[in-house]
Amino acid sequence: MERTTTYRIPLLLLILVLLLCFILNISLGSVTIPFKATLKAVLGGELANDSWRYIVWNYRIPKAFSAILIGSGLALSGLLMQTLFRNPLAGPFVLGISSGASLGAALLIMGSTLFSSLFSYSLINDISMAVAASIGSFLVLLVVVIVSYRIKDTMALLIIGLMFGSITAALVSVLSYFTDAEKLQQYIYWSFGSVGNLSWPQLLLLLAIILIGVFLSVFSIKSLNALLLGENYAKSLGVNMKRSRYMIIIATGLLAGGITAFAGPIAFIGLAVPHLTRQIFNTTDHKVLVPAVLVYGAILMLVCDTIAQLPTSANVLPINAITSIVGAPVVIWLLVRKKKMIF
Amino acid sequence: MITKKVLEHKALEVHDLNIGYRSKNDRTIIATDLNFQLYQGELAAIVGVNGIGKSTLLRTLGSVQSKLSGSIHIDGKDLKNYTPIDLASTISLVLTEPLASKNLTVLELIALGRQPYTNWIGRLSTTDKNKVQEAIAMVDLEGLKNKKCYELSDGQLQRVMIARALAQDTSIILLDEPTSHLDLHHKVQILKLLKQIAHETHKTILFTSHEIEMAIQLCDKILIMYPESHEFGEPCELIRKQSFERLFPTDAVTFDAKTGSFKIKK
Repeated sequence: MERTTTYRIPLLLLILVLLLCFILNISLGSVTIPFKATLKAVLGGELANDSWRYIVWNYRIPKAFSAILIGSGLALSGLLMQTLFRNPLAGPFVLGISSGASLGAALLIMGSTLFSSLFSYSLINDISMAVAASIGSFLVLLVVVIVSYRIKDTMALLIIGLMFGSITAALVSVLSYFTDAEKLQQYIYWSFGSVGNLSWPQLLLLLAIILIGVFLSVFSIKSLNALLLGENYAKSLGVNMKRSRYMIIIATGLLAGGITAFAGPIAFIGLAVPHLTRQIFNTTDHKVLVPAVLVYGAILMLVCDTIAQLPTSANVLPINAITSIVGAPVVIWLLVRKKKMIF
Repeated sequence: MITKKVLEHKALEVHDLNIGYRSKNDRTIIATDLNFQLYQGELAAIVGVNGIGKSTLLRTLGSVQSKLSGSIHIDGKDLKNYTPIDLASTISLVLTEPLASKNLTVLELIALGRQPYTNWIGRLSTTDKNKVQEAIAMVDLEGLKNKKCYELSDGQLQRVMIARALAQDTSIILLDEPTSHLDLHHKVQILKLLKQIAHETHKTILFTSHEIEMAIQLCDKILIMYPESHEFGEPCELIRKQSFERLFPTDAVTFDAKTGSFKIKK
């Protein structure tokens, strides 16, 4: 019952791994900086090369922090969705939430050429991007929720999510046909996903959005646990389903929408991390799972980012490609190994 | 010792209840003018042919769906005056719908029964843990408590669900077809367990079932639902009134009042 205490040690170990990944992540990059010098740059001290300090503080540390925020937030939104939709395959990407955010972003970036009288160029800043992507993801999420009421079949829900992806892709290609090359390029770079483009102020804004999402999730822990029994049981336990559902949906929309706005649609982290976490923490209790997916998501994102930046080379791979290469096999492995996916 | 006074306490009163489904501009009436009452510590069954509205009645009593008209009083108080939390500590449910997550351990599932009493994050107090332990002991699940629900047989899972309802510590437990999908031995096991719980803990237990013969032997009261009417009373009284004969078309089965069982007509 009070197993929470026994999960403290694995959670502490996981936090330790996170710290290691963080240090590894900031000490590797296209410019080779000796490990000791990286530490000195962080902790303060004399450096042989002054540009190293600049690289570490203005490029690598913000990037590592955004990887942590993005990984944690996506993983948490995946966990929320899997419980809310009673579906082990739910995640921001699979259910079309990311597609919704993409459409919002596409309309803002590329639609501004179409409706230049309505939108001014100055409107495309961080906040309007976040708002547009969040609105897009909220709308899709709402439709998915309405559909999930009518259709209890989980497979149908996933197919509907995929269809949303197709519709979005179609609309985006129509938009890109009419837009100019510069805007199109801006959108395509955004859709590759990236954790490296955030400045400190943008990071703070993202942090605020994610904190609200985490805060709402923590307050939903009790109802999330009741939802494991099913909605009627949750109601019979005194859970205010309407309020809880809104809270969970708003949290999911903020997390998935906000992150997609800043970092682009990043695949599989939201779907895979909750399952990976359940392999370590053999529990369904959200009191344990919520903090665990936050840490695990951050670790996985840092690892993916470390791989993506191809240490010592000047190239950076799209982060989306790496998370898919890591995430998709996880899903296949879960299906093959466990025969069925459970949550 | 159960004193006469305790038994006289009315746990559930149903007056002129109409049940069914309401949609935007239409309502489907399933059963009308239901009247019956249950006292504290009684085990009662709802029987009737498929589709007669047994589950609808049970779900209406448990506030899973709303009634069409009439009144339901729990412990003398109108059901509609209960707040969700009050109701959660008064009525617990065992439904036929499958669990959303079968990855729960038995212990986790039973502990979820304590939700109406736990704090905002669901931390279990010593009282909560004791209640969970009591429920496990009563249903004899000590050996299974660390198993996952997907590892359990139907009979075991049903006992776990009953233990969860027990841990919820309510005066009334409603169960929808607790014996379906079970073999004879496990049917008897579950129904005897329910009788034991009702009589030992003075909880009022109402369940729907197709096991009429077992219900006659084990229940204190039976509600028989017919297409247009219903009968309610003690099993012996209902046998005397020949209420069971009317349940099924007599060209297929007949009821033998001496043995309290149905015979197939050859």
